Amino acid sequence: MTTASTDIDRQPAVTALRHKDLLGIVDLAPDEIALVLNTAEAMKEVGTRPIKKVPALRGKTVVNLFFEPSTRTRTSFEIAEKRLSADTLNIAIGTSSVVKGETLADTALNLEAMAPDMIVLRHSSSGACHLLSRICRSAIINAGDGMHEHPTQALLDAFTIRERKKQLKGLKVAIIGDLLHSRVLRSNIHLLTKMGAHVWVCGPPTLIPTDIRKFGVTATSSIDEAVEDADVVMLLRIQLERMEGAYFPSLREYFRVFGMTETRLRLAKPDVMIMHPGPMNRGVEIASEVADGPYSVILDQVANGVAVRMAVLYLLAGGAEHEDAA
Amino acid sequence: MKTLLKGGRVIDPANGIDGEHDVLIDGDRIARVGRDLPVNGARVVEIPASLVVCPGFIDMHVHLREPGQEHKETVATGTASAVAGGFTAVACMPNTAPVNDNANVTSLILAKAAEAALARVYPIGAVSKGSKGELLADIAELKEAGCVAITDDGHPVSTALLLRRALEYAGMFGMPVIEHCEDPSLKGDGVAHEGFHASSLGLRGIPGAAEALGAERGILLSELTGSAFHVAHMSARASLRAVRKGKETGVRVTCEVAPHHFTLTDEALGTPIPYDTNVKMNPPLREVADRDAMLAGIADGTVDVIATDHAPHHYDEKNVEFDRAPFGIVGLETAVALSIDRLVHAGLIRLPRLVELLSTNPARILRVPGGSLTEGALADVTIIAPDLRVRVQASAMRSRSKNTPFDGWELRGGVAATVVGGRTLYVNPDAPVGI
Repeated sequence: MTTASTDIDRQPAVTALRHKDLLGIVDLAPDEIALVLNTAEAMKEVGTRPIKKVPALRGKTVVNLFFEPSTRTRTSFEIAEKRLSADTLNIAIGTSSVVKGETLADTALNLEAMAPDMIVLRHSSSGACHLLSRICRSAIINAGDGMHEHPTQALLDAFTIRERKKQLKGLKVAIIGDLLHSRVLRSNIHLLTKMGAHVWVCGPPTLIPTDIRKFGVTATSSIDEAVEDADVVMLLRIQLERMEGAYFPSLREYFRVFGMTETRLRLAKPDVMIMHPGPMNRGVEIASEVADGPYSVILDQVANGVAVRMAVLYLLAGGAEHEDAA
Repeated sequence: MKTLLKGGRVIDPANGIDGEHDVLIDGDRIARVGRDLPVNGARVVEIPASLVVCPGFIDMHVHLREPGQEHKETVATGTASAVAGGFTAVACMPNTAPVNDNANVTSLILAKAAEAALARVYPIGAVSKGSKGELLADIAELKEAGCVAITDDGHPVSTALLLRRALEYAGMFGMPVIEHCEDPSLKGDGVAHEGFHASSLGLRGIPGAAEALGAERGILLSELTGSAFHVAHMSARASLRAVRKGKETGVRVTCEVAPHHFTLTDEALGTPIPYDTNVKMNPPLREVADRDAMLAGIADGTVDVIATDHAPHHYDEKNVEFDRAPFGIVGLETAVALSIDRLVHAGLIRLPRLVELLSTNPARILRVPGGSLTEGALADVTIIAPDLRVRVQASAMRSRSKNTPFDGWELRGGVAATVVGGRTLYVNPDAPVGI
């Protein structure tokens, strides 16, 4: 099947990203998204070699600045950086110590004084990476800011979908769970709608952001409606403390109404993909049988995360231009 | 010492005056207003026809931050900001440190105001001791010390019962209760208006209903007690609806709107500067329908007052993540220009109505001197230049804080001069008037 969008999907018109930073998918054009995904294909090949290292970022300094606990994302970035031969530095700061200590702006100024080339930022406040971007010359990569965006997660999700489905255009993607607090949701909505997928979002009305339909998605609280004929079902983590905010009565009841079970999965297309950005709550948003079942690509997502982050780092460092100069 | 302001358009809604008049000032009082007044040895100031002489503007919602937060503002810098913005008087909110819940704090503020000798300062006392929402403050003592109203601003009065008691008790002294209308549980830890833009930026929302519930509560209790209730910094269309309905049924309710709520919307959260902490205030910038409702309420007379909610914060306090920044912006030096540009030149209201909103009505609601050019009244005069082109420059503001989202805005309309008690305390170099 060839359409104009498919061409953009597979053959981007651009060879570089237009911004110095990756703050959110909202800032990317479809051809830039396709460029990242195509670049990631080449990067994935690096991971299959006996010596998993290329010199693309040799001499570049990347700071991983994490104000929130993260295992998966931080590890994934670090592996990606090392495979590209960057000099990496991890700074993990508990949010509590920031309350007593220096401001984010001062932290950024101090880092900037040491002239890193890139800063990968994870922070609990939406927009923290925008603040950093205004202060720093370094390229800022958003590794998750509050409830706002998690762009590399959406890119790796898209990469994983494209690997199986060949293209994103026309797919029905159902995203189910805590929509309100999810940065993964926002990045995925931007990416998938830009690339022509039909996005359905589903959760209890208490966890659906106001005016979600203005993002160009279909919103429903009927999980059957969301899953029916879906090509992709993506579950979002339910945080245990949400019960205290009275968003829903109990985890048991959440699973009863919104849990992804094998029975519900039968409504989807026969070749449906089950995705989860992790960490999973088995028996809450997803039954173990589904998480570990034949349709699950959850571990592929993790594997692809490294390749996609390598692509983002490589492109923001200047891509091929930088290599020519070197 | 007599001064004769000769020519120029004089607008004094309290006395039904709108036309070319002279104003004779004798010492600190208005001596006469009329056509072609005799000079009789007075110093003559020719007022160009392009300028308008008005009773002094009164901002009934200002945070002067003294005592306790002098790094943000002091009585001296706040009143300097006021006169530069065309305000001859301000009413200051009690959420200082310590809270203005007793005569000592009130007296301190008034002493600082006398020392600064700029805009007049009318302190507003706390409803409850420490604004903690438990026991009533000593309201008679506050009244005697010079407070003109009571409020627990920054927060709503804690319970309906305490608000009822406050209305009943303050009503005895003819003092209105000014309410920061908000249901705390609905507001939660929200930082922006609940709507598309907050959803998009991942910011926790505050629905308009949180404010409207507070407004409805106060209006019902005003009806119950017969006492005067004033809705502070109204922003939500549902609150306006409640006020309109209350007024129609004879409830003693009044309300104010801040310039940022009739100019900006929540779209400003994302553009031109994403997550700009200078568009973070409480109540938040709301959606277009709310902003338009505020404009409609100003045009149809439901809104009584334009007040700034001038809320200075230090640069360091605002230069943080959006959800960690304090709420509020400065407003004294932009209110008049924004009002003339967005209300008068936009064709929504005429200048006499603007003078009611900025002078006549706040004086009436707070029962303070001023608000008119009646013979014998205090010679508090604001001269405006409705067609002056102004460019907002935050760095040039006299307020100690510069937290404004309007920096660089080009507006039509400004202040030419500010006269307090017959003393000229501000003259705009761009609109020369030889006063």
